[in-house]
Amino acid sequence: MSMRDVKVCLLGESGVGKSSIVMRFVADKFKQALESTIGASFMTKTILVDENTYKFQIWDTAGQEKYRALAPMYYRGSSAAIIVYDVTREASFLAVKGWVNELQRHGPSRIVLAIAGNKCDLEDLREVREKDAQEYAKEIGAIFCETSAMTSVNVAELFQAIARLLPPEDATDSLDQQRGGSNIKLRNNRSNRGRCCGGGPAAGDDGGGLQASRRSQRGTSYPS
Amino acid sequence: MATDHREAEQPVNTSDSDFQEDVEFVETNCVPGKCNSAVFDTTDELDDLTLNLANGVIQNHRGTITSLIRKRAKRSNTLKDEEADQDLANSIASEEANSIEQSELSSELSEDENVKNGLEDLSLQDTESVPEESPSVTLIPSSSETDYVNSLEWKQQKKHIFILSESGKPIYSRHGSEDKLVTVMGVMQALVSFVQDDKDNLRSIVAGDHTFVFMNRDHLTFVGVTRGRESTQQMLLQLTYMYNQVISVLTHSTLVRTFKQHRNFDLRRPLSGAEKFFDNLLNLMDVEPGLLLTSVRCLPLDSSVRDIVSQTIVQHAKVKDLVFALIIAQNQLVALVRMKRYYLHPMDLHLIINLINASESFKAAESWTPICLPKFDATGFLQAYVSYLDEECQSCLLLLSVDIEAFYTLSECRAKIKERLDRYNALTAIGNSLQRHSYSVQQCSIGDLRHFLYKARSTAQYTSPELGPPYNTPEQQDRLFGLYHFLHDKVHSVSRPLKLLYHVGKYETLLGWVTQGFELYAVFGPLVTKNVAIHAVNKLLRWIKREEDRLFILSSVTF
Repeated sequence: MSMRDVKVCLLGESGVGKSSIVMRFVADKFKQALESTIGASFMTKTILVDENTYKFQIWDTAGQEKYRALAPMYYRGSSAAIIVYDVTREASFLAVKGWVNELQRHGPSRIVLAIAGNKCDLEDLREVREKDAQEYAKEIGAIFCETSAMTSVNVAELFQAIARLLPPEDATDSLDQQRGGSNIKLRNNRSNRGRCCGGGPAAGDDGGGLQASRRSQRGTSYPS
Repeated sequence: MATDHREAEQPVNTSDSDFQEDVEFVETNCVPGKCNSAVFDTTDELDDLTLNLANGVIQNHRGTITSLIRKRAKRSNTLKDEEADQDLANSIASEEANSIEQSELSSELSEDENVKNGLEDLSLQDTESVPEESPSVTLIPSSSETDYVNSLEWKQQKKHIFILSESGKPIYSRHGSEDKLVTVMGVMQALVSFVQDDKDNLRSIVAGDHTFVFMNRDHLTFVGVTRGRESTQQMLLQLTYMYNQVISVLTHSTLVRTFKQHRNFDLRRPLSGAEKFFDNLLNLMDVEPGLLLTSVRCLPLDSSVRDIVSQTIVQHAKVKDLVFALIIAQNQLVALVRMKRYYLHPMDLHLIINLINASESFKAAESWTPICLPKFDATGFLQAYVSYLDEECQSCLLLLSVDIEAFYTLSECRAKIKERLDRYNALTAIGNSLQRHSYSVQQCSIGDLRHFLYKARSTAQYTSPELGPPYNTPEQQDRLFGLYHFLHDKVHSVSRPLKLLYHVGKYETLLGWVTQGFELYAVFGPLVTKNVAIHAVNKLLRWIKREEDRLFILSSVTF
C-alpha cells in the first residue's frame, strides 16, 4: 500500500483558530488562548482513509497582516488549502472570500479548497449563519464544514474529506471528473450542530460578486 | 596592555599611599575570556550610539542579504530561482502598497487638533505631575482603558516607553493602550517639532525625579520616561533596542518607504502582533545585564561538550545559504556557527533571544519565519528555521538562511543534529547545566563579594553568578540592577570616562574597572576597604581565567 504525501496549508484571519484545528488534528489536544503563530509552523500527521494512507504535511500560517505577503510561498505548492473563519466574527468570514479570490487567481489550478467555520461550539455568540457559508462554499466548489477544535467536532472529518477529494496523483485530466463527483458526507461527531456538505459541482470563478466586499471589510477591520 | 595597568592604578594611588605594597595588579596577560578570532561583531554600541544618532541610519552590513541571494542565484545558474525571489519581493511590495492605500483615514486637520488638545492638557498635567502630592487619589481598579491611563497607577509606573510616528500617531506604549494616549503623544510630538523648528534636536528633559529621553529615527519618535537609575545614555540604548525591534519586524527599507509615501500611515497595522515582542524586550532589559553591556551570556558548559555541539552543527547543517546556526537555552548561548566573513552582532542576538523568549508558539512545532537583523542587514529579511531539540523545550535550534525555500532542507538538518546530540548525550549535558543554575558567587570563594558582571570586550560575552542573598527578592534585584546602571554610567560617562571607580554606598561598596580587554563591575558588602576590594577583584579575575573555557565561547566556528 502506498503512502501519499499531501501538502495542506491553513489560511485565514488572525485568531480564528487555525493552530487549534491543527493541534486537535495532529495531537488531539486543545489549549485555551493559544499564542499567535509566528511566521508559519509545520507539522505532519498520517491517517488512513478508505484503506489509503495519507501523510498530511500541514503548513499552519500566521494570520497577522505582516505575514500576509508570505502566504503565496505556502499555498503555491499545496494540494489543498483550508480557509478558516470564526463563526462568531463576521469580519473573519468576509476575509475568507478574499482568500478564495487570491487562491483562484494565484494558487495552483488543481488545489482542493476547504472552508471551515471554527468555534461552532459557541452557538450563543454566532454571527455567521451556517447556511450562508454553506451556499458560498457550494458556489465556489469548496468543501465546507463547521468545526470546533475545542470539542473536537469535524476536525478529523475535514481532513478525511480533503483526502477523498484529492485528484489522482498521475492523471491530470481527470481533475474535473473528480471535483464534480458525489457529495462527501462528513460524519457528525458528538454534536448535531456540525452539519457538513461535500464539494459542490465544478469549481467556477463566480466568486466575483463577492469580491467588492473584501476591500471594504479590510478597511473597517483596522480603524486607524 | 602595560598602559592599562598604570592607568588603572592611578586613581587609587592618589588617595592611598601604602596601596602599592599591598596590591599587585594581575599580570597583564590575564584577560579572561579573551579570544583572537572574533566570535561576534564587537562594535561597542555605546561608542557608536552618538554616531548612529548623527547619521540616523544603521549602515553596518547594508545589502548583505541581497548580495547573498544574488550569489545563490548565480550559483544555481537558473533564472528560475531569481524569478521566484523577485516574485516574492514584488508580491511583498504590492501587498504593502495595497495596505497603505487603505490607511488614509485621518486628515491633517485632526492631527492639528490633537496637538492643540495635547497642549491644553499640558497645563493641566503640570499640576498633577508629582503623584506623591495627591494622596487623596485612591486606586480604584477600573475596567476602562481610558481610566487607566489617567490613573495614579499609570503615572507611578517606574518606566514608560512610547513610540509615535512623525505626525504624532501613537504606535506603542509600554503601559496602557496607545490609542488612549493620543493627547500625551501629541504633546510629545509638539515638543519634538518645536525644537526641530530651530534646526535642533530635543535630547532629554529632566523634571523632578523623572527623565524624559527622546530619540528620532526614520520618521519615528521614541520616548523613554524613567524615574529609575538609568542615565540618558542608557535610556538611549534601550530606545535603540526598541528601534531595532521595529526594524526586525518591518526592515529599514520598508519603514522608510512607507513613511515616504504616506506621512500619516498607521504603523500599528503592520506591527500588529509584535506588541508582545516590545513588552518582552523591555522586561528583559530590566533583568538581563547583557542588553546593557551589549554582550552575550553563554551557558556554562564543558568546552568538550560545546565542541561536540558546534562540530555537530558544522557537519550536519553544512547547507548552502545558511548564514548562522545557533542553539539557545534559557536566554543563554550554547553554540554559534557562522558563515565565513559574516558576524552576528550581540544586539541582533538579543533580538533573536527575545523572539524565542517572547513566544510559546515555537514549542508546538517547527517554525519558519522571516526576521530582519538590523546590525547584520537592515534592508532585508533572513529566514529563520526555529525548533526546540528536546521534549522539555529548553534547547532551541535556530538556522538562519537567505534561501526562502530552504525549510525542508533545514528540517532534515535538524533531525540529524538532534540524533547526533542525543547520541553524544549533549542535550542531557545542556539540561544539567541549566538545572545547576549557572554558579553561585560562593564558588569563586571571595569573601564579601556579593555579585559581579564581567564582560570580555574582545568577544562581547559576559558572565555573572546567579543572584543570591541579599538579592533574592525582586525589589532587591531591582536595586542591584540600579547599582549596575549607576556604576556603568559613571565609568562610561561621556564627559569624563573613568578607568576605575571605587564607590562606598549605604548598603554596599561598588568597584568598576574598565580596561581595553574587559569591563568588571563588582558589588561588595558595605565595609569592604579599597585594598580588600582590589585584592578581591584580582582574585576574581584569576578565578574567571581558570573557568574561562566553561564560561565563554573562545573559538569561533565557521561552516
